[in-house]
Amino acid sequence: MSGMLITGGTVLDQSGERRADVRVADGTIVEVGNGLEASAGEQTLDATGRVVSPGFVDLHTHLREPGREESETIETGSRAAAKGGYTCVVAMPNTDPTQDSVSVVEFVRAQGEAAGLCDVRPSGSITIGRLGQQLSPLAELADAGVHLFTDDGDGVQDPLLMRRALEYAADLGIVLAQHCEVKRLTEGAVMHEGHCCSRLGLPGWPSVAEELMVFRDIELVRLTGAPVHILHLSTARSVDLVRAAKADGLPVTAEATPHHISLTDERLEGYSSLYKVNPPLRTMADVESVRAGLADGTIDAIATDHAPHAPETKERPLDQAPPGMLGLETALGVSLASLDMPLVDVIAAMSWKPAAIAGVADQHGRPVLPGEPANLTVFDPGAEWQVVPAQLASKSRNTPFGGMALRGKVWHTVLRGTATVVDGQPSR
Amino acid sequence: MKHFRSVDEAGPDAIRRLLDLADHMAEVNRRPNPKVPALRGKTVCNVFFEDSTRTRLSFETAAKRLSADIMNFAVSSSSVNKGESLRDTIETIAAMGVDAFVIRHKSSGVPWQVSDWTRASVINAGDGWHAHPTQALLDCYTIRTALNRTNSFDGLKIAIVGDIKHSRVARSDISAFTMLGADVTLVAPRTLLPPETTVPVETNLDDIIEDLDVIYLLRMQQERMTESLVPSLREYTTRFGLTPERARRLPEHALIMHPGPMNRGVEMAVDPSELPGSVITQQVTNGIAVRMAVLFDLLGSGSNLEENE
Repeated sequence: MSGMLITGGTVLDQSGERRADVRVADGTIVEVGNGLEASAGEQTLDATGRVVSPGFVDLHTHLREPGREESETIETGSRAAAKGGYTCVVAMPNTDPTQDSVSVVEFVRAQGEAAGLCDVRPSGSITIGRLGQQLSPLAELADAGVHLFTDDGDGVQDPLLMRRALEYAADLGIVLAQHCEVKRLTEGAVMHEGHCCSRLGLPGWPSVAEELMVFRDIELVRLTGAPVHILHLSTARSVDLVRAAKADGLPVTAEATPHHISLTDERLEGYSSLYKVNPPLRTMADVESVRAGLADGTIDAIATDHAPHAPETKERPLDQAPPGMLGLETALGVSLASLDMPLVDVIAAMSWKPAAIAGVADQHGRPVLPGEPANLTVFDPGAEWQVVPAQLASKSRNTPFGGMALRGKVWHTVLRGTATVVDGQPSR
Repeated sequence: MKHFRSVDEAGPDAIRRLLDLADHMAEVNRRPNPKVPALRGKTVCNVFFEDSTRTRLSFETAAKRLSADIMNFAVSSSSVNKGESLRDTIETIAAMGVDAFVIRHKSSGVPWQVSDWTRASVINAGDGWHAHPTQALLDCYTIRTALNRTNSFDGLKIAIVGDIKHSRVARSDISAFTMLGADVTLVAPRTLLPPETTVPVETNLDDIIEDLDVIYLLRMQQERMTESLVPSLREYTTRFGLTPERARRLPEHALIMHPGPMNRGVEMAVDPSELPGSVITQQVTNGIAVRMAVLFDLLGSGSNLEENE
């Protein structure tokens, strides 16, 4: 493998910011310093006026393969991830078949390796088929390298089953991630329950349906000692509950999505299914609380919940259209446009903090230092741009951010010393 | 106006204009030959994804009295049952040359989606729990003629009673009555109200019934009991039904209204034909005039309404 020199950038990592060039050879950072000269045969990536950071890690990506390849494949999703500056994504298990067995998980991992654009780390489901009845083979899957387990799309409804899952998981060094939604309270729900749904005549998804399960799982963590990661937290009260749990020293982590820090339920006014997502877009007060939760560290990570859907499914009547939004290619731009916090804290929430939760901190989100794996993102934090749906690398087009002014654009992404994105374009 | 999809979207000026126009249409309907050539050559298509004989017939009659051609797309015997998407259905019919779609769908928002896929006008004949704007128009027109309130509903006290939460009629009526100046009060248990309301709520019908100018009763559906929204229909009738006792306490001039179909013995626990204030059949009659007004407003080119065929 030939080498690479990233020149003229500002390195930003756990130890702060400094001006430095970065030399990479054989997938590893070999030199970080000023005035480095490119040697013959070395690829040069210009980072002048840009930031060089550890690659981003997404805790929450729906790659749709196997089962829904018309909306995304592992290859197209990996390309979208690379374009968004990601070097690692956790693939959600709600595939068909479900990622509840070693063979399916191995398939997903192998497809990720074949695509070679991003490390694809499959998650496993907590229960077989995500049906909430019988535990998946958690230890077998853990032995196969699965670290994050979730029934995402559905929360584990049965409190006894969730308790057992946590107790069983406690010995395995794995993390259970919960989609917090008490289903009985959200039957038929299309959008946030509030004044908008009242006027639009759409069934509401009350905040309390999320908060009850956040509370329940925090108490189960207190009981069992096993860690829980809370997925796509969306309400002000949920943020308060997690903040209190952390103050009690409980092993609880949480993520928030770019859309829950930027969009509100009023977007549904025109009945566009682009704004239908689960959990739903909520009120400005919730958006501000989630932003505050990220700023004070209550929420550890920004995770995309990248959820591709083919156009024909998003064109169904709003109550029948599937929930979900694209997120990988716009996460940085939306986050920097929406958050008033130091750049290093935003990148922490997109890189090394999620890397720790995903169990990939040995490879991703590492400091930019000699000897470390060369998983890097080069971005311009001030670049303003708009997303053009037709130019997305994702196979689907369901971005809710079209027309929005985004700030922060990824220029280059490097995966183990190989450029997967150069000048904003996927290398293949 | 290109579309008629909701009262709020149309706005107060259009609502008043349509009500004035409905007066002319009512006059046409009183003629021995109630038909004018105003929309000759125009094609209207009824696309009802949800059964509704009365609304469909009302639109069909309105279109025919204006000499428009009307097609009826019957969903139950159509390609929709073979899995055709909503978009493909609409684009296929539009390709036949349609000037206006009259859409009824069980999902809120469908008329807005449909208007993205066709250049034809879209008339909302009821979408989910959201809106039923021609019902609101005919209700306003009925009040206006029965109480002789041509220009404004200022000071009128109107109670809408029953299942507001699931009712597109209630949402559109609240908008239209309020827009014209009425004081609207909702009467329902919390379980049958939307999460948030824009007008006052009263839980005890008996506290306000003597002051009402209009009592508007909504249909109480059987299935609401199994959803634990009310304990029983008997208890609903006791608290919110129009019983003979309550009917006697209404002011003499007060109107009794219902969008149909009625649940006799539930919300209507009295025979409305014995109540002088009942205008329920006038509502049905007026439905044709207001739908003629809407069709003419959207599709007309100023053709002379006076000229008989």
